[in-house]
Amino acid sequence: MTLQDRARTFVAAIPHCAALGISVEEVSAARAVLTLPYDPRLVGDPATGVIAGGAVSVLMDTACGAAVMAHPEAQGATATIDLRIDYFRAATPGQRLIAEAECHHVTAHVAFVRATTFDADMTRPVATATGTFTVVRDGA
Amino acid sequence: MAPDPMQTRRDAALADLIEGVPYARFLGIRFDRRGDELTAILPFRDMLIGVPTPPALHGGATAAFLETAALIELAWRSTWDRMETGTPLPPLPRPINMTVDYLRPGLPRDAFARARVNRFGRRYASVHVEAWQDNRERLFAQATGHFLMPQGT
Repeated sequence: MTLQDRARTFVAAIPHCAALGISVEEVSAARAVLTLPYDPRLVGDPATGVIAGGAVSVLMDTACGAAVMAHPEAQGATATIDLRIDYFRAATPGQRLIAEAECHHVTAHVAFVRATTFDADMTRPVATATGTFTVVRDGA
Repeated sequence: MAPDPMQTRRDAALADLIEGVPYARFLGIRFDRRGDELTAILPFRDMLIGVPTPPALHGGATAAFLETAALIELAWRSTWDRMETGTPLPPLPRPINMTVDYLRPGLPRDAFARARVNRFGRRYASVHVEAWQDNRERLFAQATGHFLMPQGT
């Protein structure tokens, strides 16, 4: 199975991702790009129509997990140890969100990951995430 | 005898507050009120699962639950005094950031959360949230979030 296929299978098997419509856009070594379509059910404040921060958290947590699984040295299941999300600006209502995650360092037991979320404007991030994840290394 | 108008008004204000957040309804989050104390409840549903085997709650769903509990606690605190005069609900605070600690896997059963507002400033608020399932002393997740308070209200 290719890295792309494995990541797609991983995300497709997650009921919560299916409920939100999260899908894999692209996967390469230690990197994953996931999307979340705009959905009025995911709005946090009807006065603005802006997607709830919590839905952005789901997108980035999943993207970070997929990036860990796509790391050549960290194969297999992973779980979030901690995740910090910074909300830069309100996502534009009606636009899909796209999260790019990168697993930039792994030790024997821990993966370090960062992610950035955009709407249609790829020059101004909506939110960023920094997290640590559990990891099982090959042969460990 | 029916409860006095203030209790009815508080229950209605809380219902309006929660009803006003579509995403909270999507996740099925409910709130239990004891006076001014709120407990958020996330009834288990299959759509909350993040790991199929063994089944566990999605970390993102847990984060979203904690964030919603923090947001509603903060908005509830802003609303509490206004209810004496019957003024409408203020605009919702906006999240600045949220740091979530995952202490153990979320089991496929109901989850509960309680938030504590540690700073309630005119502009910034800091809220700590604890979530548990079977045992209040064994948290499965905790979080600290900062929020920007609505201005001119």
